[in-house]
Amino acid sequence: MRPKIEIRSVSKTFVTRGGPVPVLDDLSFEVADGEFVAVIGPSGCGKSTLLGVLAGFEHPDRGEIRVDGEPVREPGRKGIFIFQQPSLFPWLDLERNLVFGLNGESAETRRGLVAHYIALVGLEGFERAFPNQLSGGMQQRAELARALMVKPEILYLDEPFGALDALTRLRMRAELLRILSRERHTVLLVTHDVEEALHLADRVLVLSPRPARIQHVVEVTLPRPRALSNPELIALKASLLRELGVDERAGESS
Amino acid sequence: MWSGRLAWLPLLGPVALLVAVWHVAVALSGSLIFPTPWQVAVGLGDLAWRGLLLKHVIASLFRVTCGYLLAAALAIPIGMLMGWFATAHAFLNPLVQGLRPISPIAWIPLSILWFGVGDLSPIFLIFLSSFFPMVVGTAAGVMTIDRKYLRAARNFEYRGFRLFRSVILPAALPQIVTGMRIGLGVAWLVVVAAEMIAVSSGLGYLIIDSRNAGNRYDLVVAGMLTIGVVGFLLDALMRGLDRLDEVRWRYEA
Repeated sequence: MRPKIEIRSVSKTFVTRGGPVPVLDDLSFEVADGEFVAVIGPSGCGKSTLLGVLAGFEHPDRGEIRVDGEPVREPGRKGIFIFQQPSLFPWLDLERNLVFGLNGESAETRRGLVAHYIALVGLEGFERAFPNQLSGGMQQRAELARALMVKPEILYLDEPFGALDALTRLRMRAELLRILSRERHTVLLVTHDVEEALHLADRVLVLSPRPARIQHVVEVTLPRPRALSNPELIALKASLLRELGVDERAGESS
Repeated sequence: MWSGRLAWLPLLGPVALLVAVWHVAVALSGSLIFPTPWQVAVGLGDLAWRGLLLKHVIASLFRVTCGYLLAAALAIPIGMLMGWFATAHAFLNPLVQGLRPISPIAWIPLSILWFGVGDLSPIFLIFLSSFFPMVVGTAAGVMTIDRKYLRAARNFEYRGFRLFRSVILPAALPQIVTGMRIGLGVAWLVVVAAEMIAVSSGLGYLIIDSRNAGNRYDLVVAGMLTIGVVGFLLDALMRGLDRLDEVRWRYEA
C-alpha cells in the first residue's frame, strides 16, 4: 500500500545574519495511512521546522514531500496544523470559530457538525463564549474541534499541549486518544516530552541535534490505552532518555 | 461609589470651584473686558435664542463631516495597502512620515491659494489633519496582525477577498477605530482654526468675529465652551465604537 506521507531527502538551511544554519539534513521517512508518528529531539533541533515543511507552511531547499502521491506546495484543509498557542480568532465566538474552516456547507449541516464536535471535545454550553473567556485547556480543545470539523486526513500537532499545566496535559492526551479511536486520522506529533510520545504514538522518531537527522526509530507496539505505569513503557522511556543524553535521575524528564 | 445615573455628580465640585474662582478673579481685577461666568451664560443664551449657536455648530460639523469622511475613505484603504504590502509601505511611509509632522495650520496659506475662501479650504485642512492618524493606525493594525491567525486562515484555504473580509479586516479593526477616534479629535481641533481665516460661519468664525466686532469676550468664551461640549460629544460617540464586540476583544486579554 502506498504510504500516506512520503518524505524524500528533505534538507533546509536558514540564512541568518550569522551565516547559514542547516536545520534539516537529508531526511527521509514514510508515514502510513492512519499511523500516529511522534517526533522528538533536543530543543532547537529543527523538529518544528520539519512539521512546518511537512504541512506546506515552509518549503524545503532540497527534496520533496508527497501526500497521497501528490507533492505538497501549500497548506490546505487536508492537513490541519495545531500549534502550542491556540489560534482561535478572538473576535469570533466559539461557534463561529468552529465553522471557520467550513466552506459551502448548508446551515443545517453546519449546525449538526458544531453540535457533534462541541460535544466530542466537551464544550457544550460554551457556543457563545469568546476565546478569552475560555481556559487554556478549553481553547486547545476548541482548536482541536475546529480542525476536526473539516474532516482533515492528517493532523500536524506541534507541542499542542506544551503550554498547559501537567494535569490538563494528561487529560488532553486521554481526550485525544479517545477522539482518534473514533475518527481515523494520520497524526504527526512534535513533542519534547518522551513520555507523551510513547503514550500516544505507534512510532517515535528521535532526531539528532541540529541539523536534524533521524537518529533512532522506536516502534511502540503496546496496545492502547497504555498505562503510564506499564513496565515496558517505563523501560522504553528510560532507553529513549539515554538516547537523548538525559540522565533520568537528574529529574529532567517531563 | 457614584454609579449609574448619578455618575456625573462628582463632576459638579470642580466645575463649581472653577466658576467661583473665575467670578471672584474678574470681580477683584475690576476688568471691564473679561466677562464673568454669568455674562457668558447670558451671551450663550442670547446666541442660542437667536439661532446663531445652532447655525455655527452645524456649519462646523458639516465641514468636519465632509473632510473627515473623505479622509477615512482614502486613509483606510491606503493604510491597509501599506500594512499588507511591504513595497507599498516602503514607497508611501516616507511620504506619510514626512508630511505628518507639518501642522495642518501651516497649510492654511496653501489651502487658501488652492481652494480660495469658502468651505473647501477648511474641508481640505480637516482632511489633512485626520488623514494621517487614520493611515498610521490602519497600517499598524494590519502590520501587527498576529501571524498565527494568518497561518490558521491559510491552513483553511482562505485567500483573496475572503481572507481580507474574514481575517485581515476584523483583526485590524480595533486599531483602525483608534486611528479614527484620534483623527476625529484632531479634525475638531483644526476646524476651529481653519474657520478663523477662510469663512464667515462656524464656531471658529464666531469666536474671532465676536472679538473683532466690539470685543464681545462673553461670546468668545461662550463659543469656546460650545467647542468643548461638542468635542466631548464627538469623542463619546467614537468611544461607543470601542464597546462593540468586534473591537473590544483587543482590549480584553
